[in-house]
Amino acid sequence: MTTTAKTFAIAGAVAAALTATANTAEAQSKEKCYGVALAGQNDCAAGPGTTCAGTSKVDYQGNSWKLVDVGTCAEMSLPASADGGARKGSLTPLERDLPA
Amino acid sequence: MTAEQDRFAAALLNPGAARPEGLEDGGHRAAGRRFDVYRNNVTVSLIEALQSGFPVLTRLLGEANMAELARLFLRAHPPSSPRLMLYGEGLPEFIARQEALAHLPYLPDVARLELAIRQSYHAADAAPIDPGLLATIPPEELLAARLRLAPALRLLRSDHPVCAIWRYNMEDGAPRPEAGAQDVLITRPEFDPVPLPLPPGGGDWIAALAEGMTIGEALDAVADQPFDPGPSLTLLIQGNAITAIEREP
Amino acid sequence: MLDKTPLGNLPPAPGVGYKPQHFSDVMQDPAPVRWLEIHAENYMGDGGRPLAQLRALSERFPISVHGVGLSIGGDGPLDQDHLARLAHLVDWLNPASFSEHLAWSTHDGAFLNDLLPLPYTDATLARVAAHIDEVQDRLGRRMLLENPSSYLAFAESTWSETEFLAELVRRTGCGLLLDVNNVFVSATNLGFAPRDYVDAFPLDSVGEIHVGGHDEDADDHGAPLLIDSHGRAVADPVWTLLEHTLARSGPRPVLVEWDNDVPAWPVLCDEAQRAARALAVLPR
Repeated sequence: MTTTAKTFAIAGAVAAALTATANTAEAQSKEKCYGVALAGQNDCAAGPGTTCAGTSKVDYQGNSWKLVDVGTCAEMSLPASADGGARKGSLTPLERDLPA
Repeated sequence: MTAEQDRFAAALLNPGAARPEGLEDGGHRAAGRRFDVYRNNVTVSLIEALQSGFPVLTRLLGEANMAELARLFLRAHPPSSPRLMLYGEGLPEFIARQEALAHLPYLPDVARLELAIRQSYHAADAAPIDPGLLATIPPEELLAARLRLAPALRLLRSDHPVCAIWRYNMEDGAPRPEAGAQDVLITRPEFDPVPLPLPPGGGDWIAALAEGMTIGEALDAVADQPFDPGPSLTLLIQGNAITAIEREP
Repeated sequence: MLDKTPLGNLPPAPGVGYKPQHFSDVMQDPAPVRWLEIHAENYMGDGGRPLAQLRALSERFPISVHGVGLSIGGDGPLDQDHLARLAHLVDWLNPASFSEHLAWSTHDGAFLNDLLPLPYTDATLARVAAHIDEVQDRLGRRMLLENPSSYLAFAESTWSETEFLAELVRRTGCGLLLDVNNVFVSATNLGFAPRDYVDAFPLDSVGEIHVGGHDEDADDHGAPLLIDSHGRAVADPVWTLLEHTLARSGPRPVLVEWDNDVPAWPVLCDEAQRAARALAVLPR
């Protein structure tokens, strides 16, 4: 890219970004409260915490690792792909990933 | 003495190992299943830690499957620190080695996204720049400037639609994910991390900025593809992810 | 020996274990709750909401920092990274109290996330005392050590638990955290009288009292085996044991612990109110 093209690109980007941000700034500043997590997320981003209690739930160990389809992965028709590693960094959806 | 806690710890993580000797009830009878209370506490608490740390993975697999996966993982990789908020760092690679999960190739990246969101949640605070500052710098000087990015920013490059998968499992009414690669930008505008898909080239550009390239050098780094920095810059600003503009003196 | 903060600065009033989902409730209407306890490890991130909440809470309430991961009874050296993070938190927050457990939880670099039991021998005593000295030196303050809930005993033990704790106080100058529910759980599980334990306990050194809920199971012989689950309301006999303890010790800070199946704030307040009543009947 030429310097002129880059100058043009970044000037346009700043203008676009400031316009977009001006429209959303007010919406963001409302959620100032550090007490409440975003609606629907239930603050699970915090991850696990510690406990100093024992548990009365008993773990019954299965015999072997066998996948039973009960989660939402069964609802999604995302195909397995054999050579995903080769496309690291690629941003274009590949034809062969699309469900037939 | 060392040997005693060695044996105790080994038996906690290996249900096949014999219970340690020298353990009693209050009346000098062998402790028997009383030892299993500790074994159960360790296993259940760490399974629950992984389930709460990877809520989307748990929804994808179902709670019972996730418990199976978590049990295998915690015995091979117990936490290395009492900071459980960070537990599960090795889970993506562990999942990738599970034959039973090979038909779900997106799972490791979903786990990586959940780890990145957690890291972002607990990352250091940093005040963002006033976006108006960008307009006060001539474009030629901006190209030579570097952006300092917030400690809470994370970038995940994936061959899978991980962000769409995450939304589908976390937000009511989110659309079903469609196949395709996704680069995900995680910012923390206030206290809640927000994962958003980046437009084409955005992942490369922000990765270059994060490595310390100037804005201009970062544009050169994505010159092999059609790229408009506008949408990516917008996401950085809206995510309060730019904390300084560093200009050459 | 360290004696800078005699048994901490918590008020002799009810407190509760703080949970983030109660933040708004706590700030709006703490009702009978006068102080809060947090687990140190959950506030060892670099920033974000947990530390922002803690800063806001600490401006209104005395805070007790309760560690669950230091592994003071561990047979290896204390985790220096963890001790440094703890010192950082305590320096930043300057809490009213710091406490940890008579237990181990880390072994060979693996954190097992449970409070594991110790044999009460001279060797254990020397090791735990050295670790307490190290912690108190590093934090520059007196710490409280909590009695465990036990599911089994060690054949090799030569000390009773109360004598063991009293000796630790003598050697290190630490204070004690008396968990009355733990006493009841251990007494049931190991077949001793809970009141005898309380009567033998060095109550002058107690800077804080815990109560919490437990669950019931059974051992191989059908004998009752109580689990310290903190997942329900405090049992009636534990309240009675608290009253017995307070009558002997005098007013102390009393914490209600509820860590699993955490209830709505008003339910927790009811429990704190019950602790308030137990404190209110004491002669002044």
